[in-house]
Amino acid sequence: MLRPRIIPSLLLKGDGLVKTRRFRDPKYVGDPINAIRIFNEKEVDELVVLDIEASRRGQEPPYDLIGQLAGECFMPLCYGGGVRTADQARRLFDLGVEKVAIQTAALDDIGLLGRVAEQAGSQAVVASIDVKTDWLGRRRLYASARGAFHDLPWQRYLQRVQDAGAGEILLTAVDRDGEMTGLDLALVREAVALSRVPLIASGGARGLDDIAAALRCGAAAVAAGALFVYHGPHRAVLITYPEPERIDRALSALA
Amino acid sequence: MSAAAPISIVAYGVGNIASVANMLRHVGADVALASTPDEVRAARKLVLPGVGAFDYGMERLARAGLREPLDEAVLERRTPVLGICLGMQLMCRSSEEGRARGLGWVEADVHRFDVADDATLKVPHMGWNVVQVRREDGLLAAAEEGQRFYFVHSYHVQCDEAGDVVATARHGQTFVAAFRRSNIHGVQFHPEKSHRYGMSVLRRYAALPC
Repeated sequence: MLRPRIIPSLLLKGDGLVKTRRFRDPKYVGDPINAIRIFNEKEVDELVVLDIEASRRGQEPPYDLIGQLAGECFMPLCYGGGVRTADQARRLFDLGVEKVAIQTAALDDIGLLGRVAEQAGSQAVVASIDVKTDWLGRRRLYASARGAFHDLPWQRYLQRVQDAGAGEILLTAVDRDGEMTGLDLALVREAVALSRVPLIASGGARGLDDIAAALRCGAAAVAAGALFVYHGPHRAVLITYPEPERIDRALSALA
Repeated sequence: MSAAAPISIVAYGVGNIASVANMLRHVGADVALASTPDEVRAARKLVLPGVGAFDYGMERLARAGLREPLDEAVLERRTPVLGICLGMQLMCRSSEEGRARGLGWVEADVHRFDVADDATLKVPHMGWNVVQVRREDGLLAAAEEGQRFYFVHSYHVQCDEAGDVVATARHGQTFVAAFRRSNIHGVQFHPEKSHRYGMSVLRRYAALPC
């Protein structure tokens, strides 16, 4: 049996790690290499590292830094941010990255997912989908680099990325990002029903119970940021990850 | 450990050589890359990595001119070789993923996962899974329960000879997670991305006599 994955999701801004709330107000939380060393010791299942500025500024991924991170990483590493071409993805794989997450470029040209999958296999292609509620309370596809809603219904886009070659979906509820109020389980449930590839649910986790709840909805994995970089009500910076025994206990009810 | 022979990673343009090299160095091995026939001939110990499609992998091996040197090294000189993921699958005779003949070093074939009966199972089989060690072998400790490894694959190996099977795992069906036939080792999982369990496999491989 596959164990569900619990994935720290780290945000890069320049050379530093930050944490956002609802994709805004990035706060510095530390050095990425140091964080990865701690996550190695904690034996985390997998890591997601997203550069939150690369696409917004039209920059390429920071290859040198990513190479350093991949060299330190004893677990699978997914990188996202600024990947616009299959050649850029190939360069990332050559640096030791297992998966690339693609959002901005795929919203413009969904064929990119297939071109990367052709080279590296679909298991290496993660479609990153952000969903945000609008002022009418409707969940809508969000283009985070532009900071604007996208016209396509998110459900349609989720189906399209799978047809285009994505092997996994990273689904983030923007309104829950950094808020630690629990995941958007209705969103997870609806997305799982439309997915034939593994779904990573993200946004809002405040503890193992929230993670277990999302897994019970059918997510293959849960990614979380604030939960693993903050401690306590005052959001003191502390890189943590639950011990394997605690995870086993929290997830045992799933089997 | 540096007194031991360096480990030559076969570099044929398929898969994640950087991660394998990083982890081998981390466990104290000397690492070289073997991308030419001469470099394969000179190797004392080999790793055949690989991620991606079966036919593409075989084609790249052929195009790099490495088929024959690899056969000579592995079958005649008995150079130890460790196949990882697609590398393990290429050691088999054939795969349902493609039409190309495999290296055929091990009597085994590669099949697609059949998970049609269970909607909760997805393909690829991606994530952490626990393996059952079937026999004490050079690379895996039989005594240790709950060894977990990171897997990413849509096809899986079935061996003709039960005696070749070192470890199995389950994903809808039981499949071969590790095999060994004399000097030929294969692991379906990624030891380079599997924390201390993977480090242990690579450390033991680095320590094998050659």
